[in-house]
Amino acid sequence: MTWLGDFFGDPANWSGPGGIPMRLLEHLEFSVLALLLAALVAIPLGLLIGHTGRGGLVVVVSANLSRALPTLGLLVMFVLLLGTASIWPVIIPLVLLSVPPILVNTFEGIRGVDPELRDAAYGMGLRGGQVLGRVLVPVALPLILLGLRLSAIQVVATTTVAAYTGLGGLGRFVIDGFATKDYASVVGGSVLIVLFALVVQLGFTLAQRVTVSPGVSRRLKTR
Amino acid sequence: MITFDAVTKRYPDGTVAVDDLTLEAPTGEITVFVGPSGCGKTTSLRMINRMIDATEGSILLDGRPVREIDPPTLRRGIGYVIQQAGLFPHKNIVDNIATVPRLLGWDRRKARDRAMQLLERVGLEPGMAERYPFQLSGGQQQRVGVARALAADPPVLLMDEPFSAVDPVVRTSLQDELLRLQAELHKTIVFVTHDIDEAIKLGDRVAVLRVGGRLAQLADPETLLAQPADDFVREFLGHDRGIRRLQFVPTDGLPLRSGLTVPEGYDGDRSEPWLLTVTPDGRPVGWVPGDGKGGPEPFGTFRPGLDSMRAALDAALLSPSGCAVAVDDDGRVLGVATRDDLDAALTGAVDGGRPPARPERGHE
Amino acid sequence: MNDGPPTIWEWVARNWDTGRVGSIKDLLGDHLVMSLVPIVAGLVLALPLGLASVRWRWLYQPTAGLFNVIYALPSLPVFMLLISVTGLSKTTVIIPLTFYAMAVLIPAVVDGLGSVPDHVRQSAVAMGFTPLRRLVRVELPIATPVVLAGLRVVAVSSISLVSVGALIGQGGLGMLFTRAYQNPFMPPVVVGIVLIVALALVADGLLVLAQRLLTPWVRARRAS
Repeated sequence: MTWLGDFFGDPANWSGPGGIPMRLLEHLEFSVLALLLAALVAIPLGLLIGHTGRGGLVVVVSANLSRALPTLGLLVMFVLLLGTASIWPVIIPLVLLSVPPILVNTFEGIRGVDPELRDAAYGMGLRGGQVLGRVLVPVALPLILLGLRLSAIQVVATTTVAAYTGLGGLGRFVIDGFATKDYASVVGGSVLIVLFALVVQLGFTLAQRVTVSPGVSRRLKTR
Repeated sequence: MITFDAVTKRYPDGTVAVDDLTLEAPTGEITVFVGPSGCGKTTSLRMINRMIDATEGSILLDGRPVREIDPPTLRRGIGYVIQQAGLFPHKNIVDNIATVPRLLGWDRRKARDRAMQLLERVGLEPGMAERYPFQLSGGQQQRVGVARALAADPPVLLMDEPFSAVDPVVRTSLQDELLRLQAELHKTIVFVTHDIDEAIKLGDRVAVLRVGGRLAQLADPETLLAQPADDFVREFLGHDRGIRRLQFVPTDGLPLRSGLTVPEGYDGDRSEPWLLTVTPDGRPVGWVPGDGKGGPEPFGTFRPGLDSMRAALDAALLSPSGCAVAVDDDGRVLGVATRDDLDAALTGAVDGGRPPARPERGHE
Repeated sequence: MNDGPPTIWEWVARNWDTGRVGSIKDLLGDHLVMSLVPIVAGLVLALPLGLASVRWRWLYQPTAGLFNVIYALPSLPVFMLLISVTGLSKTTVIIPLTFYAMAVLIPAVVDGLGSVPDHVRQSAVAMGFTPLRRLVRVELPIATPVVLAGLRVVAVSSISLVSVGALIGQGGLGMLFTRAYQNPFMPPVVVGIVLIVALALVADGLLVLAQRLLTPWVRARRAS
């Protein structure tokens, strides 16, 4: 507890490039950037594969493989290969690791829509794109959001680990503190990261409430 | 009018789902496709709105080949009702019904008004409008499915086993509702079912299809029951088709006897085995044995001219007297049809039909 | 005596079994311990919790909610916070991984038992199974495929997650990554990634095999 007091009570920790606000902002920036890039790749691809039904096996296999990839190893490999001149050697593995959860869940979400519903939609005269946009996506939304949430959890955690390879963000407090045996910094940083992750989790829960139709979400409740 | 002209559907693996089908579904009538599973009835239906495209032959909608019409445009002009209703779970009931009008570019208010009107038309409370499909029973969902198909007032309605997933009681009420709606709307309806009773109840014309997608017989229900084209149709119609045929025999000509009704407290002539006690305003109370001991026993009624011979016979079998009570629309006794009169009418009905082409099998 | 940097194979041969702490063989053993213990412990703990959640439905929402939150916590800060309790030991890595495993396995157990058709349960009752026998002989076997699917996810992700422990000096094969970063050198990174992925694939394969042996009816049904 005194460590927490030392960390949060130290005015030096609240200003400058190494201060809490700056590190928090960096963490947010890297996480959002990686998640956004991953979503830009994974959601359209997942929609396409789910809608056409082609390439599903590739998605599932690649997702299983990606889960086996050690994040720290990937980060170190990219940094050793590409250097540390920019943040990209770190952002690339972050994106790579967050694509599969979004991709798989989007794909499964679309593919799992009741075929009767798809049939009814076409039967009423919706065109392919309208079926996807007006029926399949709203119905698959809970799973798509689940994919985004799992990815966000992954990104927040990996961004923390990435501090080891020189990236900024809240992970710096932990990594640097550990290296210099500054335990106030380690504990304070850890608490900040945990809070950050919880806020992200809460954000997704709220987003789910707002965006998913009540006609759809009841199915999640009974599951 | 929908015309099938030598339509065949053959899949790449060689399976033939529909084989050289030629028939017409006349405007304003209900044409039922019925047959066992694998007979191509659903495939035939789905070729009309191009959910499936025919391999050979052509399907014409009022003389125009559907193949020439862009599928979404074609489908927006054809109502489509399927088994589980296929309601959109993320939209409430009123938005579900308004789907096609919105696709056709109606403004929101007009589409909504139309949807509310239809909701009432299919027998649902306006309070259901804001609910979601999961909050409705299967029967209610099916009603919404019908309302949704009718929303843009399409001249043609395709119904693919719409009532087969609900329980028998609800199914009966949905069938009655459909007949009532059809009496007002006169849509050209193609209805697919595997249930021959449903086909006979709903169809103006019934097309019986056999496995392999060939047409076995196309006829109105009465002809179908009286003169099945072959053994397959006969077997498919089932053993009690003789009884079911009676629902097409009218009761207009049935003689009604008035001497068997007596007021309550009657103590006159008791030479008849059974007498029907009637209230002062003419409603039946029950059958009393001729000797005045016991009773009143249960009775069955039918409305002459409105109900069929099947209803009259049913009414007769319900009571120990063996007689059917004829009542008017208000339930007042018009007279009594005795067992002998019913027998005579039945004999006449059988004689009226042509003798079967070959000896009947079974115990019909 | 040194003609250029060693190839990966030379590097592996030289470091496989040096007899000192930190040889590849040594790290592989550590890695196995730190990943297998959470997998097994997670399953052992998730089973009763899952069963309880099925038996007392009100328990499920709070349990699932709690583990959802735990699952969202990044491993590194959790390791760091645990150091003050369990020190720089394997336990510090094992405890959080066990909780992550439970977060996946509890819903799997609940869903698996939920997949038992009601008529099967009813007929087991009607045949006179006692509740315990019914659970062991009827319900758990039917739930097995769903639980094993969860276990596959847990096995693969636990094996890869252990490597983060390297940042507190307990990472098994993950130690190869920190070592490679400190004196920039690629072979250990490649070897570490390959070994971890291979380990994950082997574990996954074994679980698929277990699934075939334990639930032969699932395959038979698919084949028919």
